[in-house]
Amino acid sequence: MSTRLATGGRLLNKAKQVTFSFNGKQLTGYEGDTLASALLANDQMLMGRSFKYHRPRGVVASGAEEPNALVNLGAGGKFEPNQRATTTELYDGLSATSQNHWPSLEFDVGVVNNYAARALPAGFYYKTFMAPAAAWKHVFEPIVRHSAGLGKAPKDRDADRYEHYYAFFDVVIVGGGVAGLQAAKTAGLAGASVLLMEQTAFWGGRAPVDGGEIDGKATDDFIDATVTELEAMDNVTLRNRMMGAGVYDHGYLLGYERLTDHAPALAGPRHRLWRIRAKQIVTATGAIERPLSFAGNDIPGVMLASAVRDYVANFGVSAGDRTVVVTNNDDAYRTAIALKNAGLDVPVILDARATGGGALAEEAKALGIRVENGKAIAKVKGGKRVTGVAICAQAGEGSVLEDIACDAVAMSGGWSPVVHLWSHCGGKLNWNEKYAMFQPDPNRPPLSHDGNPFVVPAGSAAGAQTDTDYEGFSLFETLRTAHDAANKVCQALGLNVPDLKTPSVSEHDEVALEPVWLMPQGAGTKLRMKAWLDYQNDVKVSDVRLAAQEGYESVEHTKRYTTLGMATDQGKLSNINGLAVLSDALNQPIPATGTTTFRPPYTPISMGSIAGEARDEVFQPLRRTPIHDWHEANGAFFEPVGQWRRPYCFPRGSETHADAVKREINQTRNSVGLLDASTLGKIIVKGPDAGKFLDMMYTNMMSTLKPGKCRYGLVCNENGFLIDDGVVARIDEDTFLCHTTTGGAERIHGWMEDWLQCEWWDWQVFTANVTEQYAQIAIVGPNARNLIEKLGGDMDVSEEALPFMAWKDGKIGAFDARAYRISFSGELSYEIAVPASQGRAFWDVVMEFGKEFDIMPYGTEALHVMRAEKGFIMIGDETDGTVIPQDLNMQWAISKKKGDFLGKRAQLRDHMASPDRWKLAGFETLDGSVIPDGSYIVAEGKNANNQRNVQGRVTSTYYSPTLDRGIAMGLVHGGMNRLDDVVEFNKVDGGTVAARVVDPVFYDKDGEKQNV
Amino acid sequence: MSEAVSALSGAEFKGFASVTETGLRGMITVRGDLASKAMTAAIKAATGADVPAQRKVAVGGKGKVAWMSPDELLVVVDYATVLDTVATLNAALSGGHALVANVSDARAVFEIRGVGCRDVLAKLAPVDLSHSRFAADEIRRTRIAQVPAAFWQTESDAFEVICFRSVAQYVFDVLRLSATKGGEVHHLG
Repeated sequence: MSTRLATGGRLLNKAKQVTFSFNGKQLTGYEGDTLASALLANDQMLMGRSFKYHRPRGVVASGAEEPNALVNLGAGGKFEPNQRATTTELYDGLSATSQNHWPSLEFDVGVVNNYAARALPAGFYYKTFMAPAAAWKHVFEPIVRHSAGLGKAPKDRDADRYEHYYAFFDVVIVGGGVAGLQAAKTAGLAGASVLLMEQTAFWGGRAPVDGGEIDGKATDDFIDATVTELEAMDNVTLRNRMMGAGVYDHGYLLGYERLTDHAPALAGPRHRLWRIRAKQIVTATGAIERPLSFAGNDIPGVMLASAVRDYVANFGVSAGDRTVVVTNNDDAYRTAIALKNAGLDVPVILDARATGGGALAEEAKALGIRVENGKAIAKVKGGKRVTGVAICAQAGEGSVLEDIACDAVAMSGGWSPVVHLWSHCGGKLNWNEKYAMFQPDPNRPPLSHDGNPFVVPAGSAAGAQTDTDYEGFSLFETLRTAHDAANKVCQALGLNVPDLKTPSVSEHDEVALEPVWLMPQGAGTKLRMKAWLDYQNDVKVSDVRLAAQEGYESVEHTKRYTTLGMATDQGKLSNINGLAVLSDALNQPIPATGTTTFRPPYTPISMGSIAGEARDEVFQPLRRTPIHDWHEANGAFFEPVGQWRRPYCFPRGSETHADAVKREINQTRNSVGLLDASTLGKIIVKGPDAGKFLDMMYTNMMSTLKPGKCRYGLVCNENGFLIDDGVVARIDEDTFLCHTTTGGAERIHGWMEDWLQCEWWDWQVFTANVTEQYAQIAIVGPNARNLIEKLGGDMDVSEEALPFMAWKDGKIGAFDARAYRISFSGELSYEIAVPASQGRAFWDVVMEFGKEFDIMPYGTEALHVMRAEKGFIMIGDETDGTVIPQDLNMQWAISKKKGDFLGKRAQLRDHMASPDRWKLAGFETLDGSVIPDGSYIVAEGKNANNQRNVQGRVTSTYYSPTLDRGIAMGLVHGGMNRLDDVVEFNKVDGGTVAARVVDPVFYDKDGEKQNV
Repeated sequence: MSEAVSALSGAEFKGFASVTETGLRGMITVRGDLASKAMTAAIKAATGADVPAQRKVAVGGKGKVAWMSPDELLVVVDYATVLDTVATLNAALSGGHALVANVSDARAVFEIRGVGCRDVLAKLAPVDLSHSRFAADEIRRTRIAQVPAAFWQTESDAFEVICFRSVAQYVFDVLRLSATKGGEVHHLG
């Protein structure tokens, strides 16, 4: 059984007991425990079930690489699935449940998949698709959906908050082990601004567990002294619980800081995503131990040798009383020695190397541990827990020589440098034959914008340098490469590097490992089918071999076919073993197979951290006019228009929206209404060439406009399509004010600047977007003039003094105002601009004085209906990016006198000039009903896709309160030439509605009402 | 003239740094040839300051002036004097090609004050705000979360942020969240 030892546990605070629950069971641990160590201390070896076969899974590792021990953490708004128990710090009240089982972890019905494993080989999904289509939908998908999957999706809103943080450093060092600390010291002393980040809560990495001495003292002392030294440097920033998640172009780096995961009661954001610009990056990310592939290597109790050692040293926890160690290298002997020293039993060390190990092996033997060279595990015995191993010769096919009872297995297949961050941005790898691992190629690093390297690996993440006499992952090499890496980045930054001596080190010499990709070497099909590569996704040696047999040669294809390395751990343990098996099956060297692509993030980061602060009321910016608060207080129903919220209508009491719109229109048509038009864009265009410039921007002639006058204009893009419209007012000889649509303000301003800056840079024109400087309020209806006159002031707003399509500055009431006689409703209308800071006050005064006319505000829907009654087009309704002004019968707004304007040449193309284009017309249903939005005008016959042919479509369709019937505009083949034809619009119910083609101006065709 | 009100009527928040809407400020967009004598004279007359260099703010007796682009300046004066300043600028620049626009009402201004003010901004703007990099006389046109903004330093632990009036509430809300206690970064202050 796994249990807490009486001694040991360097990371624990044994004075502080912590209570937590697992699957509802109350358990205790200590401050400093991870969830995994605390579960092991409580003999909870079984922690989850695998994805496909629902096999029992126990913890296999002790850090970020863990594939098995994934739990649902927390509840309600704090619930989060797929959390690694090995990186979850224990806190009081932590509540975790295991995943992917039903009805319980101990007894899982889904495990039948395990017995059907022969029916679920590699490529199962793809092969299933080759069955009749219906079989997938009705047979396989429901079964797979029910049985596959890991954690549950959260159901409640996330209760935590998150944020981003932008930071800039000369040097960022990822990894706070001894390599990272040493590199930080060197770079810090050189005067660089340095960030050193460490994903766990403590500094020093695994050096204190692995032993050795630095400068004659324990590694712990070196770590403490260095951290103290770094903390005293103003130019060095230390951050723990912060993972280097990804390296991107130009030294962009993501740091994922977990602020309250270890103490959810703390105030403040849960995660902070650091968005860092680093001039140089040092990856001191360490190395990950590889499992060995033998039958039953996934049974709970089989763990990485380093993890077994970590649990003893860091947490005072033993994985079992009797642990068999199986290895192909010297490092695993450290585990056997640590276990023995902790008073635990190591029945045998199985060393796959025929010649065995070096100094560490001698030390183990001296402790009385039985060592068997050239031996291997034939199979592990047990179900939910290891009960023993069968031993065989590594060279053979697995004939059992001996059975040994044990309750844990510590395995080591060698180490792989963590090259992820090196590789994210294009750093290349070499295969190191001697150590059987991929390591960064210093000659092919990630390059920055200037072609210079910006990532340097340090410590064991750099792999083993073959040009030195020192062995692989030795402590000495770790410190030396760290110092060198810091040296290199400081030189790149032009800093003087301090003359630092690499600390002296005393440690064991090791002899080389022997690559072991399958155990025993000649294992047959039966054993291979139980030799796991990917624990989380249930990929076995047999699956990879099957893929190779079926013709999959590319490692990327094999990955997707078998799902090897596609789980939440992204194959941190399985990738190298998997591609080695593939290489063997393809009979090619490992470098020829290569690796799959390393992509950020290094381990999954929370969705919340990516979103940052953008949620709830600040999910998106919401733009408010100066009168927005009044709208809110008066019951406006809002609709989004760009990032603005504009009142759609102002329903009163229990009034429906339709009734409100009808009331607002009738009031405006019969007396006076009020519209908040502040959102419309207002762009000043000024300069000697302003007229010439606007003649290019608009299809019609603007340069001839007289000061004091307004003209409606159309803006097209260079492809001829209509992109905006609005009224242009000429302020003086050199100055125009261009109104745009609400959504067009920024876009058209940018469009103007684009042409001025990139094409016509020698034209003397300046623009300024002054949209928000003004509150603009439309006073609309037959009583509009009466009302304005009642407001007082010095402005003469009579027909003579301020005729239709003119504008004027002056006082209206006490307000500095500019009044435009423009109308989008067909009524007598003044749009009045006042300074935004007085907009609300002006609105209030107008409402007050308008009482005698029963004044009421109207919303965007009333605006839309009234303009449709007048046959005015709306950008976004009548246009959709494929419509040119000619389609809308607006030839009158296209100047024939001008040499050029944007869109002119495009509009001359054959297709644009074709008589077959659908053109604007009005439509009246014969029965008075309203044509459905989006409806098409059907034509005879069907097209090649068996769809009904069409000859047009509706673009605007409303119930008109003024006419008490449905009215519509639309585009139809033949356009106004079809006058009086009856066409059929399709309906949602499958039927059609008949409508007559009519003039799109339904109301006041002669403009008598607006021109008064 | 009716009483002018700013977007948020002086809203305030106190976290590990304080966030305050300062009220209306006179702001004028000036576009023209920044190297011209007329511009130098106009800016001097309007603010008492010289035309600032790239990314700089120049302070004069009557106001300050910030560099916005190679052909654009922002003149900042008291709200009460903005119309006079516009007139001064227009008169001084009348001989050449230039644009002067009063944009005071199109803006909102916030002050971030406190030791952590740089960290409040660094959560929202991709700008190197470290003491050694962001100079006392500097302006940065950037973004605050999802909207355009600009800021400059007023004292060693105080910044002013300007943004468009329509998004004043949004900017106040993100600054408030950013300055909320518990979110101290202790990196730049």
